[in-house]
Amino acid sequence: MTGRDLDPTLKRLLGSNEPEIGCDECFAQLDRYVELELAGGPADALVPGLRAHLVGCPACAEEHESLRALLELDSVS
Amino acid sequence: MAALGLEEWHLDLHADGARRDEAVAQLHGLLVRAARFEVFRRRGSLPQLSAVELDELAQDAADDAAVSVLRRLHDFRGESSFRTWAYKFALLEAAVKVRRRAWRDREVTLEPEHWESLAHAGPGPDDDAESAALLEAVRDGIRTALTPRQRQVLVLVVLEGVPIDVLAERLDSNRNALYKLLHDARRRLRAHVVAAGFPEVNE
Repeated sequence: MTGRDLDPTLKRLLGSNEPEIGCDECFAQLDRYVELELAGGPADALVPGLRAHLVGCPACAEEHESLRALLELDSVS
Repeated sequence: MAALGLEEWHLDLHADGARRDEAVAQLHGLLVRAARFEVFRRRGSLPQLSAVELDELAQDAADDAAVSVLRRLHDFRGESSFRTWAYKFALLEAAVKVRRRAWRDREVTLEPEHWESLAHAGPGPDDDAESAALLEAVRDGIRTALTPRQRQVLVLVVLEGVPIDVLAERLDSNRNALYKLLHDARRRLRAHVVAAGFPEVNE
């Protein structure tokens, strides 16, 4: 069974078996990761485990979205 | 001496006197901007607060973020711009304050039984027997394969939707420690499901 077949609640319960970093390391790397993303750089290759963490951690995912959105706003203002 | 460039003013945070005061004021301005951005972005979860109260929340977040940034200046390695690095502190403080404020008057049952009714979130009448069996294996795993603490965190965060920062506050813990419990719980649950005969679930 693949993740795509799963009910969303079961997906969130089981999580992913991809290697992932924790919340503290995510916070430590978030600025670098988002700048790499916005520059079209290899963010996932240079900061391994952060993307998987964002999938599993709603709080860190929200802060990632916000930092990205704020930098995008800065770039047009 | 030449004026510092746009991205170099933060070096004055290490200075003394008026130069440092100016740099701290500039830092605080950045943090207020980021905290307001986050608070107003999430204002839907705080319908009871006026614009003035939301702004006060943002100011509090910016003040706390300034303390964190100044305490951790030595951590800045230049792997991003200083502005981006500083922003993340304000966004974190603001996001945590918004989540905790939104849940301030909501009870969190620390010994939840919600997972017993997990079937409601699972397969519908048209789903096949394999899905039903997987759901039962997950329920059994929650019941038998997890420590009480892992079960508590998994159920409250995933099934009850309690923000991890809110739970950390109620349990006198922190986000990183609770996420590790959640991660370990998921790993045990996946192992339980595999042992029950289901293939490893991948994204």
